[in-house]
Amino acid sequence: MSETMTLDRRSLLKASALAGGGLMLAVALPLPARAAAAGAGQGAELNAFITIAPDNVITIVGKNPEIGQGIKTMLPMLIAEELDADWDQVKIVQGGTDTAKYGMQMAGGSTATPMNWLPLRQAGAAGRQMLLQAAARRWGVDSAKLVTEPGKVVDPASGRSLTYGELASEAADVAVPDLAKVPLKDPKDFRIIGRAIGGIDSGRIVKGEPIFGLDTQLPGMVHAAYERARVFGSKLKSADLDAVKATPGVLDAFVIEGNGQADQLVDGVAIIAKNWWIANKAREKLSIEWDTGEWSGHSTAGYDQRARELMAAGKPEDVFSSDGDVDAAFASAAKVLDAEYFYPFLAHVPMEPQNCTALCHEDGSMEMWAPTQMPQGGQMAVAQMLGLSPDKVTVHMTRTGGGFGRRLTNDFMHQAAAIAKKMPGTPVQLIWSREDDVHSDFYRPAGWHRLRAALDGDGKLIGFDDHFITFDITGGFNPAAMAPDIFPARFVPNLRYAQSKLKTRVPMGALRAPSSNALAFVTQAFLDEVAEAQGRDLPALLDDLLSSRGKFPDSRGFGGAQPGFDPARAKGVIRKAMEMSAWDRPSSPGRAKGFGYYFSHMGYFAEVVEASLSDRGQVEVHNVWAAGDVGSHIINPFGALNQVEGSIIDGIGQATSLAIELDGGAVVQSNYNDYPVPRMPVTPEIHVEWVKTDHNPTGLGEPALPPVIPALTNALHKLTGKRIRRLPIDTKQLV
Amino acid sequence: MAYRVEINGEARELDVPADMPLLWALRNELGMVGTKFGCGIGACGACTVHVDGVATRSCSLRVGSIGDRKITTIEALEESPVGRALQQAWLDEDVMQCGYCQAGQLMNASALLARNPQPNAQQIDQAMSGNICRCACYTRIRKAIVAVVEQKETANV
Repeated sequence: MSETMTLDRRSLLKASALAGGGLMLAVALPLPARAAAAGAGQGAELNAFITIAPDNVITIVGKNPEIGQGIKTMLPMLIAEELDADWDQVKIVQGGTDTAKYGMQMAGGSTATPMNWLPLRQAGAAGRQMLLQAAARRWGVDSAKLVTEPGKVVDPASGRSLTYGELASEAADVAVPDLAKVPLKDPKDFRIIGRAIGGIDSGRIVKGEPIFGLDTQLPGMVHAAYERARVFGSKLKSADLDAVKATPGVLDAFVIEGNGQADQLVDGVAIIAKNWWIANKAREKLSIEWDTGEWSGHSTAGYDQRARELMAAGKPEDVFSSDGDVDAAFASAAKVLDAEYFYPFLAHVPMEPQNCTALCHEDGSMEMWAPTQMPQGGQMAVAQMLGLSPDKVTVHMTRTGGGFGRRLTNDFMHQAAAIAKKMPGTPVQLIWSREDDVHSDFYRPAGWHRLRAALDGDGKLIGFDDHFITFDITGGFNPAAMAPDIFPARFVPNLRYAQSKLKTRVPMGALRAPSSNALAFVTQAFLDEVAEAQGRDLPALLDDLLSSRGKFPDSRGFGGAQPGFDPARAKGVIRKAMEMSAWDRPSSPGRAKGFGYYFSHMGYFAEVVEASLSDRGQVEVHNVWAAGDVGSHIINPFGALNQVEGSIIDGIGQATSLAIELDGGAVVQSNYNDYPVPRMPVTPEIHVEWVKTDHNPTGLGEPALPPVIPALTNALHKLTGKRIRRLPIDTKQLV
Repeated sequence: MAYRVEINGEARELDVPADMPLLWALRNELGMVGTKFGCGIGACGACTVHVDGVATRSCSLRVGSIGDRKITTIEALEESPVGRALQQAWLDEDVMQCGYCQAGQLMNASALLARNPQPNAQQIDQAMSGNICRCACYTRIRKAIVAVVEQKETANV
């Protein structure tokens, strides 16, 4: 099997006896180079991930935050499989936030599967070897003659058996095998990997048991609402808190001075009450003067106008990807296509509003309960803000009611800590209203692309040029950046990606399938235009382009556009989606099919959308056929299918309905009424098939989303003859 | 002022302003946090409870307006056969991703089946359209409801 990523360190395993009998296996997992360089997990100590108790209960720690991607169920499946555990005897507990113990803990980038596929299986396999050794010693036989069945070691010669619980204490004395050499199961013998296993917390969720961040309740806990400026970049000049403080039920109100960093702490007023509704309602009585500075003049209309001017002028600030001689290609072209594409800002709006519970202990240490995708980032940043060492900030990971990238940023943790610090000894739960969430997100950046394609006399695509208008963002992760190797880069002889940047204070961040959720639309819809100009369809053009070169070298990292990109796998899913959807057969009258393909987060997806326009002119999606290649195994078919279906519906919502607009420096939309995420009637029939290839499995949180958007716009073009170059789709332009 | 409200068959005293939404009385006064806050404007359905058996958004129901109507929350869903069947179907279909909206989905679905034990696909979509699942587990919510409808059909035969 080929490796899809390179690990810097080997996994380590240590065994010890469990107090009261039993086996404890401590694992230190390798880290991807980037995390190791960032300091996460350096000097990581071994930690108990797996314990086997005498009563046969096997406890596995779920180390990553659970935001709905099924990680808390899926990662333990990898361990249990190779341990040959009886899944019914496996108990999964949520680990705490502890870099030293667990290495990197995060939910994002579809990284959990590729990072853990091998190391967690090796850990489980080592445990199984030790249990086999223990049984061999007990019986005085060769361990090679013994086998395991779920939860027990069996001696086929005599038929005798011992449960893992019976062997656990003795196994603690067995030498730990070399993880790199420990034999792994033949996949044909898998009993757990590939089995549809329900979410580990689901039984509690259907009963309404308290497991989410917002369900945190502590003795004496009070609630906080936080009023901040609607206009991004504002500073608080003055606040009159008298009326608020006089409101019945309000316990306190105070100004919090921020540091001007949206991703940390902005200026605001905290209102404290026993009941959050009282605190939040009291915001109406606040009188605050904000200094909005120059930013109150910003609007999406203004950005749009400026972007159009820049695209028309055609003088990009810089070129960030270049192959061949683009100008010569266009000079010699028999035909040139020229189109402007646009996609808007988007919000995340996870169902659980942002919240965090914090308790400042008398010694100044901070204890927090946070629904976050980045518990360690939050711990470090809060410690820094408070001038504490990280070990003085305890972060309890709660189950998280959706992430989609929003909770990679821990501004709500900073706010909760800043508020709690003012009231030592009293636990305080900060809750944002949905309006706060929509007004104060880290938005998917809007973007504009002027695309040009050059065709020669035979209709061959000889030149491709993109002038991308994006935003000037400084700092670490830049969600508004476009990677230089975005398809079709490296597949067209003469290609140029160039950009110009607009100034803004709109906070931006990663939204599920960052950059891909926008660029798939732009590139696949424009390539559909190219294919039409060539007198063929998009799959035919894609097949042609993808046949022009072989596999890319493997490279590290997850966010990059094409690490180890393999055109053969792309062609595999394209062929599969064509078969599944009977691509060559037209739809029934009034309907049309469109094609979209994309590679992101190491996953290959091709999707076909069948759509129509209703009598009222609304877009209706009837069928989506999705072919995905995420490697050799689908670890948990339940979770995998759920991710793909959710991604597809999410993408349809982005294409048809969603936009965040800015006016007067503030976000116009406020809640689900004017930011209408998809509801049940939108849901089409979704048909998913897997193309299994001989590669280590990769993640599914993201890659199924991007291609559905161009597949839909391409379908609507086939239906109406009109090109959709702006999102969300304006159906008035289609009739 | 103090209100007496019957919640899950038990009379509860609520000393809150008349205009406090039931949601916040449940969550912050009674510590019943199974009912979820999602939008605060009755647009997402996460806070759905039953009022005399009818699915109602508790974020938009003022405590002072409840009177002697009976409130049922997710914590008592398992006390009805339909509620139990739906909970089991939710597990069998592995409906949820993040799960945050599911209390509201279940409360809405159980009110639907109490009112109309055999809804067709369109009626299910229509009745459930007030409940947002941001993870978009809609195909499975549909399947789980249909599974319960089919069980009941079989049981009736």
